[in-house]
Amino acid sequence: MIETVQRPHGVNLVRWAKDRPEVLVLSADLTASCEADGFRDAYPDRFFSMGMAEQNMMSFAAGLAREGFTPFVHTFAVFICRRPFDQVAMSIAYPNLPVRLIGFLPGLTTAGGVTHQAIDDVALMRLLPNMTVLECGDATEVESVLDAAQAINGPVYVRMLRGEVPRLFDPGAPLRLGQARPLGAGGDLAVLSTGICTEEALRATAALRAAGLAVAHLHVSTLKPFTDPLILETIAGVRHGVITMENHGIIGGLGSAVAESLAEAGLGKRLIRLGLRDTYAHGAGRDYLLREYGLDAMALVRAAEDLTGARLGLTEAALTGVRLETLGTADKTEDL
Amino acid sequence: MDQARFPSPDPRTQVGQVAAAVRRRVLEHTLLHNGGYLSQACSAAEVLATLYLRVMRLGPSQAPLTPRPFAGVPGADNPASFTGADYNGPRAPELDRFIFSPVHYALVLYSLLIEVGRLGPAALAQFNQDGSTVELIGAEHSPGHEVTAGSLAQAISQAGGIALARRLRGEPGWVWVFMSDGEFQEGQAWEAFAALAHHRIGRLGVYVDANAQQCDGAMASVMTIEPLAARLRAFGAEVHEVDGHDSDALAAPAAAARTTDRDRPLVVIARTDPCRGIDLLRARAPKLHYVRFKSEQEFAEYSQLLATLREAAA
Repeated sequence: MIETVQRPHGVNLVRWAKDRPEVLVLSADLTASCEADGFRDAYPDRFFSMGMAEQNMMSFAAGLAREGFTPFVHTFAVFICRRPFDQVAMSIAYPNLPVRLIGFLPGLTTAGGVTHQAIDDVALMRLLPNMTVLECGDATEVESVLDAAQAINGPVYVRMLRGEVPRLFDPGAPLRLGQARPLGAGGDLAVLSTGICTEEALRATAALRAAGLAVAHLHVSTLKPFTDPLILETIAGVRHGVITMENHGIIGGLGSAVAESLAEAGLGKRLIRLGLRDTYAHGAGRDYLLREYGLDAMALVRAAEDLTGARLGLTEAALTGVRLETLGTADKTEDL
Repeated sequence: MDQARFPSPDPRTQVGQVAAAVRRRVLEHTLLHNGGYLSQACSAAEVLATLYLRVMRLGPSQAPLTPRPFAGVPGADNPASFTGADYNGPRAPELDRFIFSPVHYALVLYSLLIEVGRLGPAALAQFNQDGSTVELIGAEHSPGHEVTAGSLAQAISQAGGIALARRLRGEPGWVWVFMSDGEFQEGQAWEAFAALAHHRIGRLGVYVDANAQQCDGAMASVMTIEPLAARLRAFGAEVHEVDGHDSDALAAPAAAARTTDRDRPLVVIARTDPCRGIDLLRARAPKLHYVRFKSEQEFAEYSQLLATLREAAA
């Protein structure tokens, strides 16, 4: 059974910020929705409500950062990356200011539909010079990403998880900047997953191994800079190629980063990118969306079959059998 | 300010002399390079001179008279990058800060910095030259600039963040922002004023060069922002509308604001004439944003004007 943690960011932020007077939180009318309500109540002098005005909020944060504070901007990922993109680029990224952009509802984790589903945020933030891009895949990473972000001399975009978050990784193994997590070794194919896709991937890789494939698996939490040598080493060591799996469009995110690295290294391996295939999504439940857009464990099995030419005969039932469980039955009503 | 530079002790006279010198210098530069932001000098010369000579409390320049060359863009791996804020003096709790927003006025600011002795007269030779920080559109490394403001209306928000940070630290100094009226077409300007009022930011003052001109022509034909004063008041600012070429009128609201505890931003809308001091420009209306001479005859007329202005100043 995987442990499930309730509101790990909300709890951690209050603890983590306690003795860091330079840490401020800015919010755009999504304070409880982004689990910043605990911080607001604990440190009201360091919390600033900026209203539904993200462009101003970004440039305001830049001004605060120029003066030595570290603003943690909390809002949904779509509202960090789309509407105020120019402000993030010019006010924050160009001057390399230590603003921490904490983006919630990555990809298909929300039933809020196209306006609330960030399927392009990693791409948009990756292409900004000076920007570091991190993505949390479980409660342990949610609890350790603030340390990783705060150590960076420059702006950081964090794809954050909220609510009920599974703990896939030991709390003693925090997110480390620029270091992928090896989740399995094998010489047939490599799987690189990020964010919530790692949980789906773990279900599939267990079934693939049971079916006789040797699968290397890396969980990637630093999407930029994309320099971990373990990634190319792992891909170089597999026979058939690599599958990337990301809760994002296939253009500009993990799959693109891997493609760029492979090409620049002259590593001629096949690459299958799982993700939204140049399409928007729509409002629906997470499991439904992951299945509909090919981001679930079965999608990874099919990609592995494509890559290896094997016919594994794995069924949904077989995958359900290895399901890691605990993805809870908590209240599904969203606080948008 | 440098007494030797200003023989007259009267601040109004000083502002008038500096403003006239700024116009001459920008005109000279425009003739030399057959192009320049000339009307911005006409409209803003007194506003900027009043800010530097009568409004802002700045220490002496900390920067070299000869501008430093470009040292690369800011980044974690480039500790050599810098801003041009040190031309406006050191940072100190009691000193003011200057945030320059419409950076296509850069030539006017460089000329002003020269006339008040913060920048060497040779600096304009580097204007728009490769590798120079004296850029055509000012950036944060350009003399007198502190933030990256060329995407308009971002500076007022950044200044708000700076002012809020200074309040959190208990600093008494003010943050002064120079804006152009066209920037109020951007939604962000209004977001910023909403936030300044909501967070009761008092030690922030904005001088607006309301010359009613923008790139496409007269603002009234492009997208009107009037009634600007009423709109800003409705957003919670203290607003004064003054003759933007009258230094006493420009300076008075700031002096009065210094004497009170404040919980709202101060705005001085400087109603200005984009052809002030260079009447020849009126023939080019409504396209005044950037001046490039159309004929030898026009060039000769402006050259003659410069000679006349120089004689008058001598």
